[in-house]
Amino acid sequence: MSGDDQEILTAIIETLGAVTQNKVPVTASTVLRQDLNLDSLAEMDLLMALEDKFDVSISINHLPEIETVGDLAAMIAKMKEG
Amino acid sequence: MGLFDKFAPLLKEYEQVTAAGHNPFKVNVGKVVSPTEAVVNGRPTIMAGTNNYLGLTFDPTCIDAAVDALRREGTGTTGSRVANGSYEEHRRLEQELADFFGRRSAMVFSTGHHANLGILSTLAGPHDHLVIDADSHASIYDGCKLSSAQVTRFRHNNPEDLDKRLARLARQPGEKIVVVEGIYSMLGDRAPLKEIVEVAKRHGAYVVVDEAHSLGVLGRHGRGLAEEAEVEDQVDFIVGTFSKSLGAVGGFIVSNHPEFDVLRVACRTYKFTASLPPSVMASVSAALGVLRKKPELRLRLKANSTLLYDGMRRLGYQVGPEVSPVVAVHLPNLEVAVRFWNMLLESGIYVNLAPSHATPNGVSLLRCSVCAAHSREQLERILDVFQAIGTELGLLEEPRLAVAQ
Ligand SMILES: Cc1ncc(COP(=O)(O)O)c(C=O)c1O
Repeated sequence: MSGDDQEILTAIIETLGAVTQNKVPVTASTVLRQDLNLDSLAEMDLLMALEDKFDVSISINHLPEIETVGDLAAMIAKMKEG
Repeated sequence: MGLFDKFAPLLKEYEQVTAAGHNPFKVNVGKVVSPTEAVVNGRPTIMAGTNNYLGLTFDPTCIDAAVDALRREGTGTTGSRVANGSYEEHRRLEQELADFFGRRSAMVFSTGHHANLGILSTLAGPHDHLVIDADSHASIYDGCKLSSAQVTRFRHNNPEDLDKRLARLARQPGEKIVVVEGIYSMLGDRAPLKEIVEVAKRHGAYVVVDEAHSLGVLGRHGRGLAEEAEVEDQVDFIVGTFSKSLGAVGGFIVSNHPEFDVLRVACRTYKFTASLPPSVMASVSAALGVLRKKPELRLRLKANSTLLYDGMRRLGYQVGPEVSPVVAVHLPNLEVAVRFWNMLLESGIYVNLAPSHATPNGVSLLRCSVCAAHSREQLERILDVFQAIGTELGLLEEPRLAVAQ
């Protein structure tokens, strides 16, 4: 993992902390739906917050491909490269 | 893992909702008496959750037109228009809709849900972008899901947020299509359409407005929010439904786009489902005529909406942000909402229970919809019962009650 990716991951975990009130430890392998109980609306809202944080656009039609926090970080990294 | 295991969380919520008494999702309407009254679970009930905004479901001209068409052309078309052809009613209704909206073309669908699925999934190709309000109706989300386009949400009713997102998307190729609603179905708030259109056009985006809840409700002629906001010439496509103010079933799209008609052969929800029966279209045509001839219905609806909305506020309830025929009473949680809903039903009042997963920001709502045909007595009865139950459940503060009296 590059430093940039690590930075993205840290930022996602930070954002998720607000959503989960830090009750659940979050790592790259955390599964958004099962481990964090995010429903589809919560997932979309998370995506929206991250779009703003990283100044990127990520289609909600990508959500079915995103299972873990790591997947999400990889997606953002890809979008940032443009 | 069994096929149905994935539904466990849904089932749990469903059980929580139904355990308290009647099932809000399976109410037995025994006899429909009028646009505002029915016999529910054996009890005469005031209907205040039907979206029957103008009360046209029992309008004699609509019923006569439907019966006449039923006798002349039979019970159904038994297929899509592409396969079985267009009846006189299809052509007439489309012409009337185009006339009413002052647009070149209209296309009728079997439901409003199908109209949204159709236009969003067909217009937007893989490199295009659908940019939708975050609080959009399920049919808009479904249309996005069915499309191969990139889908971006913007914060509800927030033109600055839309601006920011369209600016980001400017770096990407493809057309941009902004989608909003006239009146949002859960909280009854209107889109700031003038500002949204200004932002969209500045970025060269197309605009789609779903006027499902605003047709026949807003605008001097009842054409909806685009008319009220005076931006009709900048709205590229208007989507609507016959299932609310027009008292029937079906959906439509109107547009001025010269190539619009190609959608008839491109749109799968138009091509691959049976078209509306002639009787339904005849009643919709008649309802459109009533809507045009009787602006007083709209004024009555407005007066009734104000009475219920202000009344709820005076009682001390938190309601949606503005007066509208959708009066959304906020309750602290699902459990209280379910209990309240059951008590209403037992007092002979039907409204919609909107559980938190179906509403913006996860609030639990008792969603009332107002009808032009509601009498003052009916609306006052609804308020009295809301006051009595709210007091019994300890939801209303005493000082506010004093003000209400
Ligand atoms: C905003 C909105 N769009 C579309 C629809 C779908 O309309 P229909 O009932 O004709 O499928 C509805 C109604 O539920 C709605 O609220």
